[in-house]
Amino acid sequence: MNGNQACAEGSLAAGCRFLGFYPIQPCFEIVQHFADRCVDVDGTFIQMEDEISALAAVLGASWAGKKAMTVTSGPGFSLMMEHVGLGVMLETPCVIIESQRFGPSEGYPTQAGSGDVMQSRWGSHGDYEIITLSPNCPQEMFDLTVRAFNLSERYRLPVVVLADKAVGSMVEAVIIPKAEDLRLKKRKRYSGPKGKYLPYEYDKDLVPWMVKAGQGYRFHVTGLTHDEKGYPVMNAKCQEWNVHRIINKVRLFSDDIIDYEEGYTEDAEVLVVCYGSVSRAAVRAVRQVRKEGIRAGFFRLKTLWPFPEQRILELARQVRTIIVPEMNYGQAFLEVDRCSRGKAETIFVHQDFPKVRSGVDIINAIRKADVKA
Amino acid sequence: MKALEAVEKQEEIPPTEHPMDDVLRMDRIPHIWCPGCGIGLAVTAFVNALEKMQVDLDKVCVVSGIGCTGRVAGYIKTDSFHTTHGRALPFATGLKLGNPDLKIVVFSGDGDIVSIGGNHFIHAARRNIDILVICVNNFIYAMTGGQVAPTTPRSAYTTTSPFGNFETPSNIPQLAESAGAVYVARWTSLHMRRLTQSIIEGFQKPGFSMVEVISPCAMYYSRINKLGLGIDMMKFYHDNSVIKHGEPTENLDIGFQSQIIVGKFVDRERPTFSELYKGWKKEVKTVKRES
Amino acid sequence: MKADPKNVFTGSHYIDGDVACAYGAVAAGCKYLAGYPITPSTEAAEAFAVKAPYVGAQFIQMEDELGSIASVLGASWAGKKAMTITSGPGFSLMMETIGLGAATETPFVIINIQRAGPSTGVPTSTGQADMMQAKWGSHGDYEIIALAPESPQESFELTFKAFNLAERYRVPVMVMSDECVGHMAEKVVIPNAQELEVEPRRYFTGSKKDYKPFKRDKDLVPWMARAGAGYKLYLTGLTHGEDGRPIFDVKTFEMKSKSLRGSTNRYLVDKIRHNRDKIIKFEEHQTDDAEVVVVSYGISARVAIKAVKEARESGIKVGTLRLVTVWPFPEKRIEELAHQVKGFVVPEINYGQVVYEVDRCSQGRANVILVPHGGAAVHDSDDILGAIKQAATDHNPYDRILEYTTALEREVFGENMVSKI
Repeated sequence: MNGNQACAEGSLAAGCRFLGFYPIQPCFEIVQHFADRCVDVDGTFIQMEDEISALAAVLGASWAGKKAMTVTSGPGFSLMMEHVGLGVMLETPCVIIESQRFGPSEGYPTQAGSGDVMQSRWGSHGDYEIITLSPNCPQEMFDLTVRAFNLSERYRLPVVVLADKAVGSMVEAVIIPKAEDLRLKKRKRYSGPKGKYLPYEYDKDLVPWMVKAGQGYRFHVTGLTHDEKGYPVMNAKCQEWNVHRIINKVRLFSDDIIDYEEGYTEDAEVLVVCYGSVSRAAVRAVRQVRKEGIRAGFFRLKTLWPFPEQRILELARQVRTIIVPEMNYGQAFLEVDRCSRGKAETIFVHQDFPKVRSGVDIINAIRKADVKA
Repeated sequence: MKALEAVEKQEEIPPTEHPMDDVLRMDRIPHIWCPGCGIGLAVTAFVNALEKMQVDLDKVCVVSGIGCTGRVAGYIKTDSFHTTHGRALPFATGLKLGNPDLKIVVFSGDGDIVSIGGNHFIHAARRNIDILVICVNNFIYAMTGGQVAPTTPRSAYTTTSPFGNFETPSNIPQLAESAGAVYVARWTSLHMRRLTQSIIEGFQKPGFSMVEVISPCAMYYSRINKLGLGIDMMKFYHDNSVIKHGEPTENLDIGFQSQIIVGKFVDRERPTFSELYKGWKKEVKTVKRES
Repeated sequence: MKADPKNVFTGSHYIDGDVACAYGAVAAGCKYLAGYPITPSTEAAEAFAVKAPYVGAQFIQMEDELGSIASVLGASWAGKKAMTITSGPGFSLMMETIGLGAATETPFVIINIQRAGPSTGVPTSTGQADMMQAKWGSHGDYEIIALAPESPQESFELTFKAFNLAERYRVPVMVMSDECVGHMAEKVVIPNAQELEVEPRRYFTGSKKDYKPFKRDKDLVPWMARAGAGYKLYLTGLTHGEDGRPIFDVKTFEMKSKSLRGSTNRYLVDKIRHNRDKIIKFEEHQTDDAEVVVVSYGISARVAIKAVKEARESGIKVGTLRLVTVWPFPEKRIEELAHQVKGFVVPEINYGQVVYEVDRCSQGRANVILVPHGGAAVHDSDDILGAIKQAATDHNPYDRILEYTTALEREVFGENMVSKI
């Protein structure tokens, strides 16, 4: 099974029953597979007139009570930016699968890239926090898609899965667990009396209770800054009340969200921080230089946002050099550079797609760092 | 009657006694609209229509975009969504497909529906999604302070057409008809009884229905163009609107202070998106079973 | 080249920041504005619409922000200096086409009068939460230039400067104003046309055969041609080579991955990084002996003045660094200062954006305190003062950016507010 199919299977396994999309390279296979399978599970899919409306429809379907997602790539993701903001403001659970491609604008539609890392965090206007996951193999396309739905239902926000073309078209064995083995998070539903429902009343976990449209709660939600009732209130106090919570519901629980994989870090002197399809080459490179006796380790991000600030700092104190290979001109590198707080030297390695597979640049960078020491 | 008796006895009417209490969010009144604005009348017509139809309000959703009319969703006591500018229709599409039992009304302005949301309007009508659109047309962007709209008649002044508008405005009913709407009507906010009736018909009609409401903007459109107060605009509608049911929609252009043709223009049958989707699903299932 | 006197409304005006932006654009020779009404930026479009017929400029109100920015790109290639004006939600809609502008290296200016977000937020109140979006909002890798004015006078000057930078580096330039500056009316002095230096478009003058739209000089900026001048331009948002054509393999009709190295993509980033010292501008006060430096921009910088003054009076050695260009970021200077000072205080009307860059550049050498604000109002200068005092007295190095708890937060959430990071 390839990564795209695994992703579609993951979404269906997680209970996704609505897909709104607009055709774009290179993620169309996800839609095909979903469309093929959704008849069996009574799901709905619709091809909208553009990506703007695709995400808008997904938000609508989510409020109608469906687990919903959209699938897109770079240019489409840029068009969705306004509705990422709306999703955050209305606190609407939904999943955005983004298959990154190379370059700004239309770029190189059939080539993998990872230039949308920062965009997924900062792309919409205003202040918000978001969760971004980064799979590196078809199995993870399945697992992280399921996790994305769980996180979005738990924290009530749009969750982005930043895949890329390479991971999407890679064919590997994917183990799909039995339905009873999948742990699925349920939406935090309100079931109290109808007159008492406040759409933005929250408790300790900072997440408000949600209801479906048509249940008779007759609620109002708005993209404007709102109070507990969901009614617009235009002042600084209410704005603070809103934004503070929207941000801290992620920041305060970031330890529960953050997920990463480490290898050979116990005695590492050179650390490679990587994610997505580049991480496959990076992990291979680390294994190879280990054979040469170089004490290298790797740290693979499964969640890009929130960023594992604390762990990077701990590792920076331990190692001498941190190498960050990326298929862009320095994005996650900036965060690594910041979090290492000058405790270790940070080196950025730009990866052109054709050379990614060999991992030559990474091996050279590790060797160079080792020699320097 | 209780209300009348209360007035006679010079008692304060307790707010719970208001006849629209079940349909409006009374805790949000007073509303934000200026004196002389016609949006309130459109809301009244809508609310009256809901009461007349005796529909289950729990199953009605109102979705609106941004702008003066975009605030309507916040005053109607159903599940209501105030979304982004121009995207009320795609949001409503998702809502409808997510739960086909819902009855969805998109209540928004001319800028929201025809300008920034124009593409979505065309495609929602083409798909014939079961939505009623109430489009309040006041010829101007009022929320942002009176800029030229896609419906602003030629030669009318606005803050961004300070020397008079030279562009050709949109003809909303024609756009709706050619895109595939099954029910198209236009009234002014003076035609309360007829407007209410049209809203009822459009609401009950399966498929994409559109009711345009010509409405005065006393604060910007009338003031910049020196057309008087809201009441003067109402008088103008009284003297200059002509009811022509079934009029071909290409004749429905509106000039600056020209005659306004109102009425019900389109009422036809087309299969809705939901029907087609259901049929398609059935077909696929049988094909799959056979193979 | 001197500015055209016809375009410059020389004299002393009492206007707000929005109108000053419009006048700055006209003075720089902007002949095309496409906009869509959005609070709080509409006044700029209105002012431009009124002046347009007198200076031979064109104003068009498009059907939405997507249309606005696309038409600005078109007008720019037709040979006009062009810009659009918007605010948060409109800015989000423009993201895709900003990428196209960056990829085709089209000079144009975007004015973003920031408001409180996210989503519709508080349209009539201020915010500074689009700063990161300006740099990272579109997909893929590119660099832009972003300026942040602190007053109507500077709104005029920086809009003028934005056009010059756009022409000089063939890049989208953003003027990141905010609602406070935009709606604040102050004295704005517009100088004589002779005093204003306008950067003309760098047109290619060689033979028509030799022209390649993305062939670069030493400074990495390519030469431009105008549509209709006979150069038979070909522009695409696809990854392209020097001649502007997508990198295709002729045999397989697929894009060649091997020749990707010949693409112009890395120059989109490098042309700004290479020239950053020429672009970056900031203002420093009293940093010579400073132990604490307040790094700020836009309206927050003006609020900080009071806090800094009070802190100096109470004996704390505090200085200020005001970012005029926020992107590219003055990395070097912050790094230098980090060696010298105990701490940086960064007040922003958001929950941390530019502060991440300050923290990164200080490389753990100085503590960084963020004074956050959700938006819809400006900071209370007492909060900034409190943060300065904390930075001056705290000797322990922090492991992360410290978020100062403001009086507003205490008021909203009570003293026992949910613990912060």
